[in-house]
Amino acid sequence: MWCIFAKTICDLDYCMILLLIKAVIILVVFGITLGVATYSTWAERKVSAYMQDRIGPMRAGWAGLLQPLADAGKMFFKEEFIPASANKWLFIAGPCLAMLAACMTSAVIPFGGEMELFGEKFLIQAVDINIGILYVFAVVALGVYGVMIGGWASNNKFSLLGAIRAASQNISYELAMGLSIIAVIMLTGSLSLNVIVDRQVQPLFGIGGMNWNVFYQPLGFIIFLTCAFAECNRTPFDLPECETELIGGYHTEYSSMKLGFYLFAEYINMFISSLVMATLYFGGYAYPFMDVVAGALGQNIAALLGFGLFIGKGLFGVFFFMWVRWTLPRFRYDQLMNLGWKSLFPLAIANVVLTGILILLFQ
Amino acid sequence: MAVQLFYFLSALAVLSALMVVFSRNPVHSVLYLILMFFCLTGHYILLNAQFLAIVNIIVYAGAIMVLFLFVIMFLNLKTDAEKGQPPLMKFIAVISGGLLLVVMVSILSKVSNMEAKKEGFDSQIGLVENLGKVLYKDYLLPFELASILFLAAMVGAVMLGKREAGERHF
Repeated sequence: MWCIFAKTICDLDYCMILLLIKAVIILVVFGITLGVATYSTWAERKVSAYMQDRIGPMRAGWAGLLQPLADAGKMFFKEEFIPASANKWLFIAGPCLAMLAACMTSAVIPFGGEMELFGEKFLIQAVDINIGILYVFAVVALGVYGVMIGGWASNNKFSLLGAIRAASQNISYELAMGLSIIAVIMLTGSLSLNVIVDRQVQPLFGIGGMNWNVFYQPLGFIIFLTCAFAECNRTPFDLPECETELIGGYHTEYSSMKLGFYLFAEYINMFISSLVMATLYFGGYAYPFMDVVAGALGQNIAALLGFGLFIGKGLFGVFFFMWVRWTLPRFRYDQLMNLGWKSLFPLAIANVVLTGILILLFQ
Repeated sequence: MAVQLFYFLSALAVLSALMVVFSRNPVHSVLYLILMFFCLTGHYILLNAQFLAIVNIIVYAGAIMVLFLFVIMFLNLKTDAEKGQPPLMKFIAVISGGLLLVVMVSILSKVSNMEAKKEGFDSQIGLVENLGKVLYKDYLLPFELASILFLAAMVGAVMLGKREAGERHF
């Protein structure tokens, strides 16, 4: 369909090759996202075990590497239970929406620089839209619906409390997150994730690919990081599923793969938010001496190396999420709200004003 | 292709807007309203207004509707709460709805020229760079006035929600 439409504009061969390349990129990106999320469940246990001086899963496969498959098997074969008083359709829709929102974000993230294959130049990115960062922000804003609808449809007081906590937490932290992104946008002058990374590919003090935004936006990065923890419902901000107060929070009534989807969506969100953080603050696919590598080994090798390092940055982000989870205790709910509204929000506004002043002074 | 998409989105938008009114359960109404906002976003994308489309999702579907859902979940309305309306209420509702219909019909019957103006139309106007320039150059005063209006509303909301000295709500 798309090709017939595009035939008038371009040659069919050109179109087919580009379409095939894009299809492969989309499949690879999706596969990596799901694969990383799957093995995050294994890594979480290993990291927690390491921090508590245990060895973690060891039985299924070498060093427990088949544990995620065993988990998936268990999830699929468990009894599918829907409470009698639950709203059946919304109860099913909750985990579906959580998964949908989690899987949508990776579409706009630039995974790598420009490559050239079969005479076609292309970016390692599924779609390049000129409002990429707003798209990410919109999908993040939609992520809370899965939790809210699931929690309400369970018809359980603890689930409802979890859902309400999730809603107020997400709304509160979205503001500070948006403001910290605005400072990055002011630096770059574009909403496109590609342009944001392009700026960071430039040399800093003569080192190519080192012009990372984190050197210009340290405060903004810390605000964004804190908000990312809150948006992913991770400890120390996992109040919606706080088991000491709410049993299981919004997923108290869930069992089998529907519970699995909620947990899986959380791991996808962690990986994606690490990737977004890497894109916004840690240069995306840029790495030190990028131009030297490109000159010595060719543009394709340099781009693939950047792709690998970008995934590596994302994996380190996931590790950081786990590190914090097994280090810090959970906040109290009023502390969470005070931190969001009385500390992060004014700090984020101050950051925007400061960035504006500095841009005016140094331009 | 675009025309079929337009009709599909319009039909879905009208259908979900009707379902907002006809649903017995207020939570279902809110969910249909969210679906309606998504249809409107689709229309904006068809008009090449990407910025407006995404901001519509962020602000309406992502924030305002979450708060709607939040409040309705707190109220815990029963599905059959609205059955016992007195007849007078129904009568008044029918009259006011009918008056609105009369106004709409009279306005729509005056509309003769349904053609869009093609000359001087720039298909790139909806992109964020152009929109920003138009807002901050040509329409700066209305834009700033609107922001002052928002500020006043926000201050008012904070004043209303503020706890009085010595008062405890829990």
